[in-house]
Amino acid sequence: MAGKVAEEIRPRVARREAATRVRFPRVDRFIPFVVLAPSVAAILVFVYGFILWSTVVSLSRWQGIVPDLTFVGFRNYATIFTSYRFQSDLRNTIVFTVFFLIGSLVIGLLLAVLLDARVRGESFFRTVYLFPMAISFVVTGTAWQWLFVPGTPQEPTGLNLLFQKLGLPIFIAWSTTSEVWPNGGWQPEWLRVPLGIPLAMLPVIIAAIWQMSGFTMAMYLAALRGIPDELREAARVDGASEWQVFRYITFPLLQPVTLAAVIVLGHISLKIFDLIMTQTGGGPGFATDVPGIFMYETTFKSNKYAEGAAIALVMLVMVSVLIVPYLIWRLRTETER
Amino acid sequence: MSAREFPVRRLRPMRLAMYAVMVGFALFYLLPVYLMFITGMKSFEEVNISRMWDLPSGLRFDSFLAAWNTLERSFLNSFQMVIPATIVSSLLGSLNGYVLSKWRFRGSDALFTAILFGMFIPYQSILIPLVLTLQRLGLYGSIPGLILTHVVYGIPITTLIFRNYYASIPTELLEAAKVDGAGFFTIYRRVILPLSATGFVVVAIWQFTSIWNEFLFGLVITNSPQERPVTVALQNIAGSQYTMWNVQMAGALLVALPTLLVYVLLGRYFLRGLLAGSLKG
Repeated sequence: MAGKVAEEIRPRVARREAATRVRFPRVDRFIPFVVLAPSVAAILVFVYGFILWSTVVSLSRWQGIVPDLTFVGFRNYATIFTSYRFQSDLRNTIVFTVFFLIGSLVIGLLLAVLLDARVRGESFFRTVYLFPMAISFVVTGTAWQWLFVPGTPQEPTGLNLLFQKLGLPIFIAWSTTSEVWPNGGWQPEWLRVPLGIPLAMLPVIIAAIWQMSGFTMAMYLAALRGIPDELREAARVDGASEWQVFRYITFPLLQPVTLAAVIVLGHISLKIFDLIMTQTGGGPGFATDVPGIFMYETTFKSNKYAEGAAIALVMLVMVSVLIVPYLIWRLRTETER
Repeated sequence: MSAREFPVRRLRPMRLAMYAVMVGFALFYLLPVYLMFITGMKSFEEVNISRMWDLPSGLRFDSFLAAWNTLERSFLNSFQMVIPATIVSSLLGSLNGYVLSKWRFRGSDALFTAILFGMFIPYQSILIPLVLTLQRLGLYGSIPGLILTHVVYGIPITTLIFRNYYASIPTELLEAAKVDGAGFFTIYRRVILPLSATGFVVVAIWQFTSIWNEFLFGLVITNSPQERPVTVALQNIAGSQYTMWNVQMAGALLVALPTLLVYVLLGRYFLRGLLAGSLKG
């Protein structure tokens, strides 16, 4: 024990001796702070200062071109939370997040496991699965918008036309309906929107999974490659089936990656804007609307700055609930290391 | 040896199923791109939404040309915005990463965490003050305004990637340089920078891709078609009723082309940025 402590101290002592021998110019100790200063100042102002500023706007009476920062308390929050559109936005965000996360994680894991099984053409498939990550949500939205234009059962277009050509008896018209599944949704008295899955969300969810599942695939694949072969080999020698090896050895080791993926995908989906703005514009009838679009239109189309700021702050709180605990946990574990 | 062969042989029929699933997914990912390609190559007479999946009869680039005419100006804008923003934010990230990995001080990890928070926030929550500030600075509605915005909000991710990258450079190397009397900048120039080439490629690709693809800032900070970046211009033609779907599809492919090219040529580095950006460290 004592020897171990001594071993730990020795290099430190040696380093301190070296430091006193060399003698740095005094300024060197301040240079790191000077180098960091512009970035820290920028983040302080553009992130934290601006958030504070938005908070002030969200508690004000500012409705129009001319700024009016008279304090009105939480009135704007009350206005948005009781509006049909914002309630619809919150429902849609939850539906989108749940399906997008599950879809991306399951498909990503499936593809990673397949690619990890020493298949031929692995690098070709990997390139194909991952390329949507390199393009803009705006491109994705534009392309998928047309794939989901239903046409009519007699004259189908987009995917429906493809199904017809392949002889599949499928006709989907999700993108044109504001219907909520199942049975028009369930609506408690205190809510203005029915709870359930708006069918119009499905095309958006599919497009988002198309874009991001390659990312989870890449993360899972990197993690799988990091698991030493001996571990799985040993289990096989002990008579474990392939499924048991996956279930009891591989899967538990993938949990940290799953957490990281949930954090990254989760914060993207809670603030999703580009994709839905392009693919559906929030319609039909707010069935695919999300807070990001509502905020943009309230603020920059209707000039209702205070309400727009309130929507933005609700978005910030939603993302922070996910992100802040993760960042703090990371900070703790890293300092311990 | 036999232990390795055994499960493979047992899973033979499984292999076929595996390939079927993999090919199926490959088709799913390629489908929209295929549609964009064949649509762009059709002549205007051939373009018909009820014959969307038919192959073009010949190579006519009518739709691509029409899309290019509307997007040309925006392409220039995007390049003028992306290149300086990428360079500046990469340099800042490199310096920050150097300090936060090799010149750590009390509270430097907490400071880093506070910086990181900036890459997760929904930008809607800073949008109103940002617009007001840029207006006051006389930068609203201009490319320099967009560059400033992208540089500032790029600081967290570039700092993160470089900090993790520099963490793998052995500290003994720096100690040795210090003993030789090298100071902060000498070490940066002589030790860190020569080892940074890969880091810069990874960060530059990441920044190029995400700034090129960005939409919200471009939409809100510009107010005239003259300054629009490509994503905003594309959304604009996608949203207008009179533009035909074929022009939109062709335009989408044009907008995707620069980042797709980077991905195909430098995919390995793109992947590294992706994994570094996912906080795995």
